[in-house]
Order: sequence, then C-alpha cells, then structure tokens
Amino acid sequence: MATAVPIEVRNLTMAYGEYVVQHDISFTVNRGEIFIIMGGNGCGKSTLMRSLIGLQRPAKGTVLYDGQDFWHVEAAEHERLKRRLGVMFQGGAMWSSLTLAENVALPLGEYTNLSPHLINEIVSFKLALVGLAGFEDFYPAELSGGMRKRAGLARAMALDPEILIIDEPSSGLDPLTARHLDHLILELRQNFGTTIIIITHELASILGIGDNSIFLDVQTRTMIATGNPKQALRSGDPRVRHFLTRGEA
Amino acid sequence: MASDRDTRQWRLATHPLETSNLEITFSGRWCLDQRLPSPDDLAPVLKTGTSRLTFKTDLSSWDSAFLAYLSVLLKLCAAKGIEADRDGLPEGVRHLLAMAAAVPEQKITGRGGGRHNFLHRIGVAAVEFSHGAPAMLRFLGEIVFSFGRLLSGRVRLRWHDLWWEVEEVGPRALLIVSVISFLVGLILAYLGADQLRMVGAQIFIADLVAIGMVREIGALMTGIIIAGRTGSAFAAKLGTMQVNEEIDAFRTLGISPIDFLVLPRTIALMLMVPLLTLYSGFVGMLAGLLISTTIFDIGLFEYYNETISALELKHFAVGLVKGSVYGAMVAYSGCLRGMQCGRSAEAVGEAATSAVVTSILLITISASILTIIFYQLGI
Ligand SMILES: Nc1ncnc2c1ncn2[C@@H]1O[C@H](COP(=O)(O)OP(=O)(O)OP(=O)(O)O)[C@@H](O)[C@H]1O
Ligand SMILES: [Mg+2]
Repeated sequence: MATAVPIEVRNLTMAYGEYVVQHDISFTVNRGEIFIIMGGNGCGKSTLMRSLIGLQRPAKGTVLYDGQDFWHVEAAEHERLKRRLGVMFQGGAMWSSLTLAENVALPLGEYTNLSPHLINEIVSFKLALVGLAGFEDFYPAELSGGMRKRAGLARAMALDPEILIIDEPSSGLDPLTARHLDHLILELRQNFGTTIIIITHELASILGIGDNSIFLDVQTRTMIATGNPKQALRSGDPRVRHFLTRGEA
Repeated sequence: MASDRDTRQWRLATHPLETSNLEITFSGRWCLDQRLPSPDDLAPVLKTGTSRLTFKTDLSSWDSAFLAYLSVLLKLCAAKGIEADRDGLPEGVRHLLAMAAAVPEQKITGRGGGRHNFLHRIGVAAVEFSHGAPAMLRFLGEIVFSFGRLLSGRVRLRWHDLWWEVEEVGPRALLIVSVISFLVGLILAYLGADQLRMVGAQIFIADLVAIGMVREIGALMTGIIIAGRTGSAFAAKLGTMQVNEEIDAFRTLGISPIDFLVLPRTIALMLMVPLLTLYSGFVGMLAGLLISTTIFDIGLFEYYNETISALELKHFAVGLVKGSVYGAMVAYSGCLRGMQCGRSAEAVGEAATSAVVTSILLITISASILTIIFYQLGI
C-alpha cells in the first residue's frame, strides 16, 4: 500500500490572516531522502514546517503523506499520520517543567510498552547520540541554546520516527557539533531509512548531506528552485547561486 | 504463517562456546513498539565465570530499542570485567554505538501595521469580542471531554501537578484568606449592629454573620482572592508555555494539553476552593464573635447559641457548592486565557490580566444564577 512518494506538497499557500507568507509551493520528498528547505530569514520556512506537521492549516493547497490528504482526512487518521513524524522546533521547544530525560521519555512512555529501565536506557542513548550524555537530570533552562537545540533533536528522535523534520539544527551550534549532527543524520537515514527534512542555512550541511532541496524566495514569496543543492550551485537559478555562495556569485 | 510470525518476534539465545566464552544470538525483530525483555534478566547469565562475550545476529529489523538493550548489556559487561566483542553486531549498530560514545529586507503587503482611528479600533474590538464567545464555548467543551476521558480511564491524572496546585491554592493562600475573611466578618458585624439596634435585636448579628459568611461571602471572597492569586498565575504559566512552543509540542505528539495541563488545575481548584470557603466562613464568624462580645456587649454563650441555631447543614452545602463552582470558573478563565495567549512576553501579561477580569465576571454571573436557583429550590 506504500507508494513511492511519502510526502507530496501540492500548491501550498500559507498566510497569517491576510499576510501571504509563501504561495504555490509544490514538491515531493522520496523515501530515505535528505530534503533541504532553504531561504532567507523570514521567508516562511518555519511556517511551511508548521503546515507539514499539522500545526497550521494552509490557506490553500495541501500536504499528502503516502497519498493521504493530511489536511482533509478524519481526525483519527490525522493523528495517526502525525505519529509518524518526529519534529524538532527552531527553539528546541523543550518542556520547561520536565528534565531532559523526562522530555525524551514522555513520548516513549505514552506510546510504547517498554520497561522503565529500557526507556531510561533509550533516553540516555539518544542524549548521548546528540552529545548530551550526562545531562539527563538538567532542566532545559539550565542549558545553553545550542544544547537545548540538540536536546530537541533527541526528543524528535525518541520514537525512531519514519519522517524527521528539523528546523535549523545547526544554527547556534559550534562547527564540530554541527558536523557531528550531519553524521548522525546520515547514520539515521542509512540504518533506519528515515526520511529527513531539514530547514537550514548551514552551507556545509546543505551541500554536504542534501539530496534534494527547495529554495523559498523572500521577494517573490514563492519557491524559485528545486533539485540537488550541488547542481543548484553549479547551474541553478542565479538567486540560489547567490545564496549558496554567500553573495559572491 | 509461522515463519512470518517468527520474523515479527524478538528472540534471544545464549550458549556457552568454551568454558569462559558466551555467545548471545539476537534474531527476529527488536523494535520500540514491542514488549521487549528487560536487560536485567541477562545479569545472572553473565555471572557464571564468563570472561568473553561474542554476538551473533539474524535480525529482521531493529531500532533504538535494540541499541538501548545492547548498551545496557555492554555496560553490564564493562562492570563485570567481561570483554565484549562487537564484531558479530551489524555494522549500523556498531556505528551508532560508536557515535553515542564519541562525544567529545522585504516588501510587506497585507499586514495590519500603522495606527487606525478610534472608531476603527472600537469596531475591531467589538468583532474580536463577538468571536470570543465561540472560542470560550469550545474550550469549555474540551474540558468537559477531558473529564469524560478521565472518568472513562483513558487519561491518567497528573498527580504531581495536582498536588503542586493543591498546595499552591491551599496552604499558601490561608494567610490572605484569613485576613480578608476576618475583616469582612468585622464589617458585617458592624453593619448588622447598626441596623438591628433600631429594632432592638442586636443578637441577630450572629445570624447575619454566620449565614452571610457561610452561604455567600466566604465563597465570594475566596473566589476573588483565588482569581487574583491563582487564576492569573495559571494564565501566565500556560501563556509562557505557549510562547515557548511547549503547547505545540504536546499537540504534535497527539497529547492533549487540556488533559495534561488544564485538568489537574481544574480539579485542584474545585477541591480546594470549597475548603477555603469553609475556613473563610469560620474566620468571619470568629470576627463577628469578637466584635459582638467586646463592643456590643453580647454574651459569649448567647452569641454562640444563636450562631448554632441559625446555621443549618444546607447553608454549608450552599457555601461548598458555590466554592466549587467559583473554583471551576477561576481555573477555566485562567487556563482559557493562558491557552489563548500570543507569542510574546507582553501577551503573557495581558493573558494574566484578562484571566482575572474573566474570572471575576464569571464568578459574579454564576453567583447570581446560583442564588436564584437555590432560592427557587427553597434551599
Ligand atoms: N505568528 C505569526 N503571525 C504573523 N506573522 C508571522 C507569524 N509567524 C511568522 N510570521 C511572519 O511570517 C514570515 C515567515 O516566518 P517564518 O518563521 O516562517 O520564517 P523563517 O523562514 O523560518 O525564518 P528564519 O530563517 O529566521 O527562521 C515572517 O515574515 C514573519 O514575520
Ligand atoms: Mg524559522
């Protein structure tokens, strides 16, 4: 029953009231692909993510997961589709009244039948993967911004989701940690076949791990390019090349 | 179908190769959605003089659950000085285990902006207000459904949050409730004394204070104090969570923020406000007693007897019901305004203010309705 295209976005228009952030966005993401969403600050990347994960109803158009219309299926099915997603918010969005371990353990406790010991071990393992081993009992407020972000990634990965959607994983991270996360993302794809959508400005990540991408333009308020980022750098739209070379081309 | 079943189940076998070498074979499926064995069960197996552990695998699929199981096992080995040979593990597993250990300007159109004239703002405010009512009803409905889920056992109550709120609303509010109730009792006694003296029936101060405090004023004062203390705190807390995308994080996981946040708070207030109401009633009567015996020359026993004869069980019942309803109104307003909060620190402040205003409005409306109902019922 699984079709080849796990995620298809059709003519999506997103708006806050009358204010159209982006219009007529269409793209597909294939299984096991690392898909990059790029564009200048405030072009609507995070807003696009909110439509993908069910937090903000698009003004027009829709999102399909395995051919199922995410925004028009009945509530129970909508919830079931959401369960397949792991989401990391731009600011980490860690629950401030819970420790890091409790944050990561919460989805595991809600949706699995594993023993508490094994859950604790999974939590520690996920925190170790993002380089936060030993921070289990810290509250989010006691962490730096970059650490909070990595903790957010650990929580997004908690249930080994089929689709991982990450809003700016590497902004605010030091270069070594950013590289570590790129490796981690590649490992996840390799081992679990995870489909990964990354919103990022980090040129090294875009060119290093991206299989496919879209570029959202601030001026025209729509997407101006799709395709492999390396190709875009070589032969794509001049505006995209301009972006990818930090304005030098 | 048997083989199909086999690949859907986890299997684990241990067999000693040589005297000190133990081999563990993992096969089948080792995933998060299963009931996996506890890794503690392996401790006794490892104990029997093993010095080396090797692995064999024949896995149909695996995920973090398998990795976690293995890392417990590897830690156990390290603790017991057993050498674990990872060569038998799948490559991806070895990679991930190693990674876990590795640590070391634009044109804006269509946006509001700019100042509008006074009439425009009044119009916008009116439209927003009329949009507010359906949202309030929807929120009420969500809370009712949440209670339904709790009663049908589909939702676990957050005891920790409930106790925290109970403490916050109860013991910590005692002082302010005492002070205000005492003063209101005193005012009632003076007010009554003046009027009743004209008909020579000063002893009825006791009735006025007792029934007034227990039936009406105790609950009203407590409700208003809790609205200011706790209703605003609820709005600020939930509002801040809204700012930090924490509430969104609950929603994406399919966990209802109503169940998780609103339910324990509502229950805490519905339990604690009636208790505080009772307490407030007693403090008020104490004030009445003090004033009557010292200033208006009413005997201590006279006052006491009059109070006892005036108070009936139904008065306490009315007070408790009102307390519970006012508690629910405060929790509802506080949580509603918190959940409706915008995404800025300023919005949190507005939410807190709005919570208090809404609470007091709702308390007053429900006080009137309840008074009419109880009158009609003859209670
Ligand atoms: N809640 C909101 N209400 C109104 N407008 C909003 C809201 N959130 C975002 N916007 C506007 O939508 C536009 C897109 O915002 P968004 O957060 O999606 O940008 P972004 O591409 O993620 O930017 P960044 O790279 O800085 O994260 C911005 O111009 C912003 O002003
Ligand atoms: Mg963003």
